[in-house]
Amino acid sequence: MTSELDIFVGNTTLIDEDVYRLWLDGYSVNDAVALRVRSGILEQTGATAGVLQSDTMDHYRTFHMLERLLHAPPKLLHQLIFQIPPSRQALLIERYYTFDEAFVREVLGKKLSKGTKKDLDDISTKTGITLKSCRRQFDNFKRVFKVVEEMRGSLVDNIQQHFLLSDRLARDYAAIVFFANNRFETGKKKLQYLSFGDFAFCAELMIQNWTLGAVGEAPTDPDSQMDDMDVDLDKEFLQDLKELKVLVADKDLLDLHKSLVCTVLRGKLSVFSEMETNFKNLSRGLVNVAAKLTHNKDVRDLFVDLVEKFVEPCRSDHWPLSDVRLFLTQYSVSVHSLDGFRHQVLWDRYMGTLRGCLLRLYHD
Amino acid sequence: MPGKLKVKIVAGRHLPVMDRASDLTDAFVEVKFGNTTFKTDVYLKSLNPQWNSEWFKFEVDDEDLQDEPLQITVLDHDTYSANDAIGKVYIDIDPLLYSEAATVISGWFPIYDTIHGIRGEINVVVKVDLFNDLNRFRQSSCGVKFFCTTSIPKCYRAVVIHGFVEELVVNEDPEYQWIDRIRTPRASNEARQRLISLMSGELQRKIGLKVLEMRGNAVVGYLQCFDLEGESGLVVRAIGTACTLDKLSSPAAFLPACNSPSKEMKESPFNEDPNPNPHSSGPSTPLKNQTYSFSPSKSYSRQSSSSDTDLSLTPKTAPYPQGPGIYLCPSSTPLSCGSLHLKSRLLSESSLTPHHSSLVSPVLRKSVSFSEELFLAASGTGSGSAGKEGGPLKALLRQQTQSALEQRGGSPHRFCRRREFPFLTLTAFPPGLLVHVGGVVSARSVKLLDRIHNPAFVGIMGNTRSYKLLDWNSFNSDEPETRDAWWAEIRQEIKSHAKALGCHAVVGYSESTSICEEVCILSASGTAAVLNPRFLQEGTVEGSLEQRIEENLPVGCGFCHIPYDELNMPFPAHLTYCYNCRKQKVPDVLFTTIDLPTDAVVVGKGCLIQARLCRLKKKAQAEANATAISNLLPFMEYEVHTQLMNKLKLKGMNALFGLRIQITVGENMLMGLASATGVYLAALPTPGGIQIAGKTPNDGSYEQHISHMQKKINDTIAKNKELYEINPPEVSEEIIGSPIPEPRQRSRLLRSQSESSDEVTELDLSHGKKDAFVLEIDDADAMEDVHSLLTDVPPPSGFYSCNTEIMPGINNWTSEIQMFTSVRVVRLSSLNLTNQALNKNFNGLCENLLKSLYFKLRSMTPCCLCHVNFTVSLPEDELIQVTVTAVAITFDKNQALQTTKAHAEKSLQRASADNEEMLQFPLELCSDSLPSHAFPAAKAVTVEKASPMGDGNFRNRSAPPCASSTVGVVKMTPLSFIPGAKITKYLGIINMFFIRETTSLREEGGVSGFLHAFIAEVFAMVRAHVAALGGNAVVSYIMKQCVFMENPSKNQAQCLINVSGDAVVFVRESDLEVMSAQQPAVNCQPSCTGEVTT
Repeated sequence: MTSELDIFVGNTTLIDEDVYRLWLDGYSVNDAVALRVRSGILEQTGATAGVLQSDTMDHYRTFHMLERLLHAPPKLLHQLIFQIPPSRQALLIERYYTFDEAFVREVLGKKLSKGTKKDLDDISTKTGITLKSCRRQFDNFKRVFKVVEEMRGSLVDNIQQHFLLSDRLARDYAAIVFFANNRFETGKKKLQYLSFGDFAFCAELMIQNWTLGAVGEAPTDPDSQMDDMDVDLDKEFLQDLKELKVLVADKDLLDLHKSLVCTVLRGKLSVFSEMETNFKNLSRGLVNVAAKLTHNKDVRDLFVDLVEKFVEPCRSDHWPLSDVRLFLTQYSVSVHSLDGFRHQVLWDRYMGTLRGCLLRLYHD
Repeated sequence: MPGKLKVKIVAGRHLPVMDRASDLTDAFVEVKFGNTTFKTDVYLKSLNPQWNSEWFKFEVDDEDLQDEPLQITVLDHDTYSANDAIGKVYIDIDPLLYSEAATVISGWFPIYDTIHGIRGEINVVVKVDLFNDLNRFRQSSCGVKFFCTTSIPKCYRAVVIHGFVEELVVNEDPEYQWIDRIRTPRASNEARQRLISLMSGELQRKIGLKVLEMRGNAVVGYLQCFDLEGESGLVVRAIGTACTLDKLSSPAAFLPACNSPSKEMKESPFNEDPNPNPHSSGPSTPLKNQTYSFSPSKSYSRQSSSSDTDLSLTPKTAPYPQGPGIYLCPSSTPLSCGSLHLKSRLLSESSLTPHHSSLVSPVLRKSVSFSEELFLAASGTGSGSAGKEGGPLKALLRQQTQSALEQRGGSPHRFCRRREFPFLTLTAFPPGLLVHVGGVVSARSVKLLDRIHNPAFVGIMGNTRSYKLLDWNSFNSDEPETRDAWWAEIRQEIKSHAKALGCHAVVGYSESTSICEEVCILSASGTAAVLNPRFLQEGTVEGSLEQRIEENLPVGCGFCHIPYDELNMPFPAHLTYCYNCRKQKVPDVLFTTIDLPTDAVVVGKGCLIQARLCRLKKKAQAEANATAISNLLPFMEYEVHTQLMNKLKLKGMNALFGLRIQITVGENMLMGLASATGVYLAALPTPGGIQIAGKTPNDGSYEQHISHMQKKINDTIAKNKELYEINPPEVSEEIIGSPIPEPRQRSRLLRSQSESSDEVTELDLSHGKKDAFVLEIDDADAMEDVHSLLTDVPPPSGFYSCNTEIMPGINNWTSEIQMFTSVRVVRLSSLNLTNQALNKNFNGLCENLLKSLYFKLRSMTPCCLCHVNFTVSLPEDELIQVTVTAVAITFDKNQALQTTKAHAEKSLQRASADNEEMLQFPLELCSDSLPSHAFPAAKAVTVEKASPMGDGNFRNRSAPPCASSTVGVVKMTPLSFIPGAKITKYLGIINMFFIRETTSLREEGGVSGFLHAFIAEVFAMVRAHVAALGGNAVVSYIMKQCVFMENPSKNQAQCLINVSGDAVVFVRESDLEVMSAQQPAVNCQPSCTGEVTT
């Protein structure tokens, strides 16, 4: 006796969270059944393996039918085929768009193209995440990217509106879109110690301060400004950053800057002598990073440069985080006392964000 | 032009991409009604078009309004080629045709295509302006309300229950028309959908006309079914109960109805009965006299006991032999065709040796029919006077109701129907209507479909097989007669069975068919009952008698009392005195097709009991096949019945409600599936255990085995009693011995000493194990049976299940409900199938299905699966399809315990109070003559006083609806109510038929994916229609048909689904406390009866 057909349809669509997770994780029905058996559900409920198999199949079929709607979450809310309570709808959407840390680190900053998609096999092997799940996550990134890429207005708001995600998840997606759009390099070996959270934090700061949208007032004539508000860095700003070069190019200014910082920090830093010897290198590193940002390639290498030019030197001298914070604060503030320096506003816009990023990036 | 239909097409959304190049669609809409079509403009390049059309107006007859569906087709405009259809929406506008229902249909409807399923949605507004039409000879029946609910709908009151209405319409199935070979599957499916929609409309209109003729205004328990007979056509048939309903908020309307003179009844002709029975229909006038002057005197009971004897067995049904076995009773139905009837009496103690009938008449081999009454009772000794006391009342009731019911047929009828059937499709009744229940009556008949039973037609064509070339209009007008005759025959049989049980009516009546190729089994079943005529006839009898009857029938057990005369029992039955009132006789087991009456006193909880059975059958053609099937049927019925009995006893229960036996015919097998809800009725005796007896008593190890089995069975019974909380109150036994009823007993002792001894032994017997059920294990088969009995696993803790509306013993539902449909198809391995293997497979299939349901719904515990409805079909040789629809309802465990306790206490109090009140009426047994004066009972006065209160109660309960459909959520339930909510409005009947077909089965996820999606779509379309009517729930939802066919090798599948239900508006009970206070039936009973009798 073999079961040809076996279905269960409820007026309210039944969603089993555990099975949903297994489905999202890309397990086959059989694997999912095996995992459920291992979870001890048979003992708890007194069910048989056959019942579990049938139940799992049923849920998988439901999820498969729902997947089409999950690709455009507002559709899920308006469709008539599945009656699902709003809280469950939210859960379905949120879980569907949730991604794995390991996976996102592999594709963050990469172009969301067919080429990358071909590499998913390797990513799957490397991360231990099933290929199916990798595909879903990759397609999610790509889908969100496609929808909001050309859109005006706040990136997070756009994502929330079109994908009905929670605030936190929408912010993460904003970071992913931002990274993918600017193609920041995150995969280099020396960046491996950084988590997605670190990058997302930086992305948020950059979106807030370095993009067009960050300027505050939207351009008066919307047609004239065809650039995307939140996704692209403010080109003018990047151009202007060249002006900061004077801070390291002008020897007097550099010395003055150093003495100002050293005066204040003397006795306050455990690594004062190391700081004093390294000041010029560090300052040169930070200012040069700014000056280079006009080139797309250098924009991509922003994080590599920051780690190379700042994080690594400090780490090799065993700076405590508190000292880094003190130094960076004093380093940016002291510039205000440099009489010959005219780009105070520019400096603050640059350094404010950079300081935040560096502090976040500075860990083991 | 009595009606103007107005339609506005507002917008569409989520349309499919029809133009690959632009990824967009140029959509427009065609609106068609009858032969008129309107079109909207083309809305270019959008998946969310905003047509915002003008009002399209159709001026039509109300007859068309009832028959025709509104047809909306969404198309993609194509400049160069033909426009592509996106999909269709059929809207039944019937709900707009009666004033109390919906006034407008407005909302988003899924656009449905039979090949692609749902493709987007369309927003439509529909209105109807009806002009008054006073034409007496009109063909329409606008205004008659239809309800699927098999009880009086919640916000109505039954003024009169007129009785049975039935109708059928026949047509050729478009799928089998010659044109089907050249048209697309889509066109075929749509032709079929449209035709069935049209036929349903026509059927409903015709039934409505019958109701109007009976002067009713509604059909309750409306059940419409399709018989897909294949080549021989398509039958749409419906049955229902005609009623005059009154909205509860307007109590004035019922008064004139009740006060109307009773002359009408006396004058009404009774000649419609072809076998007039002077005793049953004659003495209407003497009855009248008695009505006005009734008092409970001995003389009276003696006087009418003679007529009682006459009545209990109508001459028409020959006296039944007392012996076991099946016997032929050809005279039971007055069919001229001389069809063969096999009649079996199923007796608990008798080992039945079915009588093979080789009497298949060569002339009319098609109408071999088998019938049977399910009625089990062990032989009883008692014939005490207490039992007789109820006799005269019963006789009176029987006569009155019979005349009330049959009088209907007397009214001049256009269709010249010879007789009326005293059937009700209701399964729950207004308080006081159901007086006694006799037992289940059922009849089956095997028919051959391959020839049209229409001489005229055969004469024209010469060859019946070529008729499909003929336009169906030329012959279909005559054809229903044949099908009508088939059903009439079956109904007649049911009626005579009911009579044999001393009942004049059949309640919980339903009909079904099972078709395989050219063989069709017609089945009908119901519960023989005695009804109170008050509801059946406008103003039959006044006041005092009714009230006396009410008072004499103890609450909660009256319906169990036997309706037949114990001296002339139609079969040997084991009777005892009612354990509740101790006044009247009850059988030891009661089987019914109705719901548990709300006032019934039940011990513990109920449970779903199923009997499952398969029988292999040789493949055969036509007559041989029909004969083989009709030979198998008695065995199947007998075995199904034995299984039910065994399982019932195993559960320690004594009554079955909602019994539904389905026999399905396939190519090479027959399947029987019986479902019912077992309960322990406090009024009935404790069931004896099951005893196992071996055939070879000298074999030591064998005996050990037997005793082992016996122990297992006893353990199971004990476990079940614990599980279902069956602890029959010992109190009731003590009450018997207690001083309260003693005066009554003593008086009787004085009166008739000879009977007293019987009574004493009766009491003694009730304690003993007199009726242990003996199972003989004489071969492997029997062993297998016992094993299968024990393999039924009880539901996991926290779960209960029943197939009735409410679960006996649970009464505080919380509001969470989940309706579901589950379908399974299994393929049997064709190699050496045996009956046993088949049974095992089938049992396993059903048990696994139940287990799956319990597992799936585990998050809802504690909960109860209510109205569990299994349907079995055999789509192909080795395929078994089981479809289950049910609703899971959560309940509060702690509260439940309290309420049951309170309920039990209350009923006990009530019982004792009744006893005391009894004493107020001196049972003076002085006069032998008829008391000449009316009985001015103080009781009647109190009841009258209670009535205004009752009214108030009702009005409170049907407080003005604050109909605010909150969210877009539409609840669906097979029950007639929604727990924790109040139904404030019935919006009309939902009756929908869909076909879905695919030629890319694999791509759609195989058969499971295909059917899963289809059922989900059907639910969605039902919900959308309800929401558009302004409703927020469907009650009494039923999936009447789910025909699934597959052809995996061609990558094709097709499925037909027919669903129906009542669209309603419900309002959540904000104050649950108030409701639960009103809930105990004991409380509202007096007020209800008071109200109606006034």
